[in-house]
Amino acid sequence: MTSRVNEILLRSLTPSVLAILVRRGADFAAAEDALQDALVEAIRVWPADLPQDPKGWLVTVAWRRFLDATRADAARRRREDLVDEEPPPGPAPTVDDTLQLYFLCAHPSLTPSSAVALTLRAVGGLTTRQIAQAYLVPEATMAQRISRAKRTVSGVRFDQPGDVATVLRVLYLVFNEGYSGDVDLAAEAIRLTRQLAAAIDHPEVAGLLALMLLHHARRAARTAPDGSLVPLAEQDRGRWDTESIAEGVDILQAALARDRLGEFQAQAAIAALHADAPTAEETDWVQIVEWYDELTRLTDSPVVRLNRAVAVGEADGPRAGLTALAALDTSLPRHAAVAAYLHERDGDLATAARLYAEAAQKAPNLAERDHLTRQAARLNTRRSR
Amino acid sequence: MAKYLLLKHYRGAPAPVNDVPMDQWTPEEISAHMQYMNDFAARLEETGEFVDSQALAPEGMFVRYDGEGRPPVTDGPFAETKDLIAGWMVIDVDSHERAVELAGDLSAAPGAGGKPIHEWLEVRPFMAEPPTITE
Repeated sequence: MTSRVNEILLRSLTPSVLAILVRRGADFAAAEDALQDALVEAIRVWPADLPQDPKGWLVTVAWRRFLDATRADAARRRREDLVDEEPPPGPAPTVDDTLQLYFLCAHPSLTPSSAVALTLRAVGGLTTRQIAQAYLVPEATMAQRISRAKRTVSGVRFDQPGDVATVLRVLYLVFNEGYSGDVDLAAEAIRLTRQLAAAIDHPEVAGLLALMLLHHARRAARTAPDGSLVPLAEQDRGRWDTESIAEGVDILQAALARDRLGEFQAQAAIAALHADAPTAEETDWVQIVEWYDELTRLTDSPVVRLNRAVAVGEADGPRAGLTALAALDTSLPRHAAVAAYLHERDGDLATAARLYAEAAQKAPNLAERDHLTRQAARLNTRRSR
Repeated sequence: MAKYLLLKHYRGAPAPVNDVPMDQWTPEEISAHMQYMNDFAARLEETGEFVDSQALAPEGMFVRYDGEGRPPVTDGPFAETKDLIAGWMVIDVDSHERAVELAGDLSAAPGAGGKPIHEWLEVRPFMAEPPTITE
C-alpha cells in the first residue's frame, strides 16, 4: 500500500463490513476469512485505483470470496449448492453491530491472548502476519491461535449482549503489552478504543480512552536515545504531547461528571494529575494518594497498594511511604524497587543500593533490569567516592 | 550456512578477566556496555548473520511429571545452581571460524573501567537438517 491513509481507511471499515457479511447470513468464521482475502486484494488494487465507494467495494469482494469458499466447501462435500448469487438484503448494519463484534472477539470463553489476536484481526483489520510480528511468535502459531479462537466463539449468537468490562480488559492488554513489529499497537489500541467509545456511551470506555491518551502522550519522553528508561520525574515534560493530554483530560472530565467511577477513570485521573504538573516537584501528590485510595476501594489490588506507597512517600515523606510498604507482601512484583526508592529518599543509600541490585535480579524485562542496575551503580559509585 | 548458539552464563563459565559485578560499575560504563551490545546485534543484522537474541531471568524452577491425575512436581529455584544461563544469541554463519570470531567480538564488550570484560561465552553448533545429497 502506497499511502498510510489508505490502510487506516481500509482498516476502519473492517468491523462494519464484517457485520454486513454476518447479517447477510455468513457465519462469523467464514465471513472473517472472506474479509481478510478482500483486505489483501484491496491492498493490492487500491493504490492504483481507489474505488469511489470503498466500503461497497469491500462488501462486494468479500461476499464473492465467501460464496466461492462456501461453494468449494459444498462441492467437496458433494452437497447441493444452496447459496444464492444475489445476497439476501438482511437488516442494515448499525453501530450496534460494531459493538457486537467487540463483544464476540472478547468473549469470556476466550483466553486473553486469543481475545487479543481475534480483536486485532476481526475488529482491527490487521493481517495474521502483522499480529504475529507484533507478538514475536511464528505466523503459523498466530494463524492457529486465531482459527481456534474463531471455533471457540462459533456457537455464540451474534446479537447476544456482552460485557463491556471484558472488552476493556482486552484493549488494555493490547495497549499495555504490545511489543514491536511494523504495527504500533499502542496507537492501534487507541484507535479501537475510540471506535468503541463511538459505539457505546459508557464512562469506563471513556476512562480507558483517557488513560491511554494520557500515557501515550508521554511516550517520546519515556526512553532516552540509547533506549534506556527515563523515570517520570526525570522526563523532559516539553516532549509530552500536549494535544493528546488535552484530549485525554477533556474525555476524563466528561466521564467523571457522570459520577459512575470505575478503575480506568481512577487510573486516568492519576495520569492526568501527573500530566498537569509543570515540573515533577509541583505534582499534587496529596490528590494522587486520594485517587489511589479510590482505586484500592475499587480493585483491592496489591499492585495498587504498592503504587500507593510510592505516592504516600511523596506526599507525606519517605518514612510514611516505608510504613505503608511494610504492610505489603515482599514477594509482590517491584516491591524491592519501591523499597529501594523510598530508602534512597530517606537517605539510607547503602540499603537502597542493595535493594536496587536485588530488584534488578527480579526485573521482568531488560529495560527495567538495566534501569535498576544503573540505579544501584549510581549509588555504589557515589558512596565509594 | 550453519547456526550457532552463543551462550552467556550468569554462573558456571570460567571467571572473566575483568570480573566486577555490573552494579559496581559507573552508570556511564553500563551505558557503554549496552551500546556495544546493541551495536553488535545491529551489525550482525546488517551482515545477514543475526537470527535471535534473548535474555533469561535468573530465577527458574525444575518441573517433572508426577503420575496420572497428579499435578507436576516442582523444585527450586536453587540459589546455588552451578550453571545458570543468562541468555543467548543465535547466529547463522558460513563457518565455525566465523562463529568463534563473532563470539570473541561479543566477549570484548566493555565493563568496569571501560575495559573489555573478556567474558567466557559458550559456542554450540545447532544440529543441522540432513543434507539432500548423501553420496
